[in-house]
Amino acid sequence: MSLLQQRQASKTHLLNAESRQDIDRWVAKYPADRKSSAVMAALRIAQEQNAGYLSNDLIEAVAEYLEMEAIAAYEVATFYSMYDRDPVGRHKISVCTNISCMLCGSDDVVAHLEKRLGIKLGETSDDGRFTLKEVECLGACVEAPMFEVAKTYHGNLTPDKIDKILDELD
Amino acid sequence: MSDTINIEINGIPVEVRTGAMVIEAADEAGITIPRFCYHKKLSVAANCRMCLIEVEKAPKPVPACATPVTDGMKVFTKSPLALDAQQSVMEFLLINHPLDCPICDQGGECDLQDIAIGFGKDASRYNESKRVVRNKNLGSLISTDMTRCIHCTRCVRFGQEVAGIMELGAPGRGEFTEIGTYMERAVSSELSGNVIDLCPVGALTSKPYRYTGRPWENESHAHVSPHDCLGSNLQIETRRHQVMRVLPRENEAINEMWLSDRDRFSYTALQHEERLQQPLIKQGSEWRQVDWETALAYAIDGLQRVRKVDGAEKLAALISPSSTIEEMYLLQKLMRGVGSANIDHRLRQSDFSDDDGQPLFPALGCSVAELEDRDAVLLIGSNIRKDQPIAGHRLRKASRRGAHIMCVNPVDYAFNFPVDENIVVHPELMARELASIAKALLTLTANAAPAGLNVLLENVESGDAHLTIARHLQTASNASVLIGTQAMSHPQLSTLRALALAISELAGASLGYLTEGANAAGAWIAGAVPHRRHAGEHSPLTGLHTREMLNTGMSAYLLLNVEPEQDCANPAAAVRAVHEADFVVSLTPYITDDMRAYADVLLPVATFAETSGTYVNAEGKWQSFAASASTADDIKPAWKVLRVMGNLLDVGGFDYLTSEDVRDELKGQFETLTPTLKYQWQCPAVMPTKVSKDLTRIGHLGMYSIDMVVRRSAPLQATADAQIETAIVHSVTAKQQGLVAGDTVRVSQGGESVTISIAVADAVPENCVFLPMGVGGAVLGDAYGSIELAKV
Repeated sequence: MSLLQQRQASKTHLLNAESRQDIDRWVAKYPADRKSSAVMAALRIAQEQNAGYLSNDLIEAVAEYLEMEAIAAYEVATFYSMYDRDPVGRHKISVCTNISCMLCGSDDVVAHLEKRLGIKLGETSDDGRFTLKEVECLGACVEAPMFEVAKTYHGNLTPDKIDKILDELD
Repeated sequence: MSDTINIEINGIPVEVRTGAMVIEAADEAGITIPRFCYHKKLSVAANCRMCLIEVEKAPKPVPACATPVTDGMKVFTKSPLALDAQQSVMEFLLINHPLDCPICDQGGECDLQDIAIGFGKDASRYNESKRVVRNKNLGSLISTDMTRCIHCTRCVRFGQEVAGIMELGAPGRGEFTEIGTYMERAVSSELSGNVIDLCPVGALTSKPYRYTGRPWENESHAHVSPHDCLGSNLQIETRRHQVMRVLPRENEAINEMWLSDRDRFSYTALQHEERLQQPLIKQGSEWRQVDWETALAYAIDGLQRVRKVDGAEKLAALISPSSTIEEMYLLQKLMRGVGSANIDHRLRQSDFSDDDGQPLFPALGCSVAELEDRDAVLLIGSNIRKDQPIAGHRLRKASRRGAHIMCVNPVDYAFNFPVDENIVVHPELMARELASIAKALLTLTANAAPAGLNVLLENVESGDAHLTIARHLQTASNASVLIGTQAMSHPQLSTLRALALAISELAGASLGYLTEGANAAGAWIAGAVPHRRHAGEHSPLTGLHTREMLNTGMSAYLLLNVEPEQDCANPAAAVRAVHEADFVVSLTPYITDDMRAYADVLLPVATFAETSGTYVNAEGKWQSFAASASTADDIKPAWKVLRVMGNLLDVGGFDYLTSEDVRDELKGQFETLTPTLKYQWQCPAVMPTKVSKDLTRIGHLGMYSIDMVVRRSAPLQATADAQIETAIVHSVTAKQQGLVAGDTVRVSQGGESVTISIAVADAVPENCVFLPMGVGGAVLGDAYGSIELAKV
């Protein structure tokens, strides 16, 4: 049936009203025929709506909403470390291991986190509380080593400071 | 600012177009700069870095593909800095590339091999482990070895920019980037095979050709495509006189450097098990293998007998529109020589009432290359993207330039360009839609209406869509009205054509035909039509057209490259006709059980690759070729068979030595006659408006069921385009008939029926059944006839 216009079951309903409104705000910033320029923002919005990760269905929904091919949205979703394509814990800890943080001891930060949480980089704790991720430079080299929890940056990390931050999380 | 500027490459002064990239300037000057990702037909990606060169005053090497020329620029492609940069990039690219050249199909024609030799270092310093990438399944045409991929992204850009559907992408990042399709889908583009040529390494190779040969063992022959009316240029590669593969031959005026999958892979049918190897004759009910002499004597004897008993007017000849012009000319000369003008190549046509008004040959109305300069195009009954993929590509280019493309179609076809106005109606309403467009044009233009048009359109009304189409056609400086292949079987073809002519004249647009087969133009020029001799000359002896021949029942048929059960507008009637005939001679490359049942003599003839000949494309360009491959001794080129038959029948004038002699005789007469036949306006008598109450069949012609060869190509038959195994109806029609998707139904036309499952899609108009020709082995009635559905 590939020779006929296929009206496949639409997936845009997977994006809730709030997300769509949010995406529309981004779409409005670009020329009308360049909707796909909003793909990064749209994927982020879709991810936030979905407990912090993107399913393939959601990626397709974003692609359809922005009138682009699914593979093109998928390329973006697989390129950036800020997008997750598997379920994540309640708190996503993104540890920078790039050059500045590495020189200032990010290896120790990772080791401490892994020990304390009982999970390795890229894993989620069994109770679903924490996901530990290694990410590229987050642009906070002045206070290296650093990590990001949800949307908050924490710098000048030491084992004590890390424990304090984690203790405050639910 | 002047159009050209002067730069210097390696001390050689070069004049180059302003805005060109350094690599283009170097290519024009014949200076080699190594490259992988740069390709002249694709956008610049500058991601492989192989083309790094030194530019005076630039602090570091720059990529030649992404550096625009500036006046007085001094470029060095061989300086120590440039060479060092190129060597380093090469070393980098080879880090993850496997050393499997001995088992790689690309070996011997590999850019990576060549450039590594020419621009690389002799050793690698890399000792770490190499990455391995899982292969992807892209379908039956393209084979993958993804570990070899160097991420040049030519295949991805080809999909986005040329094929028009982005099927391949590059998900992942850095070392984890992998080229693939979304969720492992097979690629479905009709131009997909071109990524094999584009791939500079052995990551994407031809699946049918895989492991069968090495490029240096192949001989290359220039040839012309036998499957559509554009005449794409081919390079047929053979080894020991057998076709190994088909590649595009660059011709900017026709196919550029592309080839449709149909043209590229149809050769896979040449060694099909159904290939007829020896002449066969039927005596009683027994088939006997005989030598050519016996077979021809038997054939001539049978034809003479019918001629004597029933008269020459009971002899008929049907020829495939993809036969060469030499075959067409000789067959019609033979038929007219024995006193019958019953010859036709328009096997799928149903309406012949405007035969006399037809132009010399059905032409495109502009050149193939000019299609991309169109500003507005109205397609009538055309699935151009699949019917003539290369023409579809040109229209897509026009569309990307801003052209308005509009359709009046019986099905909502999936195009790879946006359609401005997409009128999808019941086939019987297509004429009314065209009338509405003509009516809209009458209100817009001062051009005189053809005689009788005003009266005809008296009760016709036009809506917004018609007005928009009319306005686009009228305001465009280059507009075309194109009648497509799917319209050719339409029972009101003459009305559609007349209205298309009216529209084109009122709008000042050119009228063009996208004909079926490779050589419909050649068929008209050669006289393979019942009412005209070669070069459009009036035939004193008028014969019957296909439909009349098949409906009145002839005593003897001469078939050339024709399978009546597959190739005719009404397969059931065609099969009945050949079964009832006293004597059937079939010149055919293949043999089937059907042929054994109806034929009396089967003569094995060469396919397109094995014969010399000429095709005339839709713009009227004559393209001749020599035989690329040879066959078993007992398979003969059809023109030679016809030559002998002509002599045996004492027709006279059949003493040709070569196929060029045949062509030159026809061409000579064509040129002395300088025919100027134009399409003549014939006002349709009535405006067809009524829609029958019965369900109407839409007998779509699939791109991979058009001729004997394509139908036997296993890789093409395994593609999505060939995999239609259901009848499709509109959701409203499904409800009326009490059907849901997946139901099994018996569809019948006349006495014939087939059991098939139903799919539901609103791309098909209400009250219609979309049932392509030949689907499910069906031998049914008219392509656009009434049809019955019954749930089983």
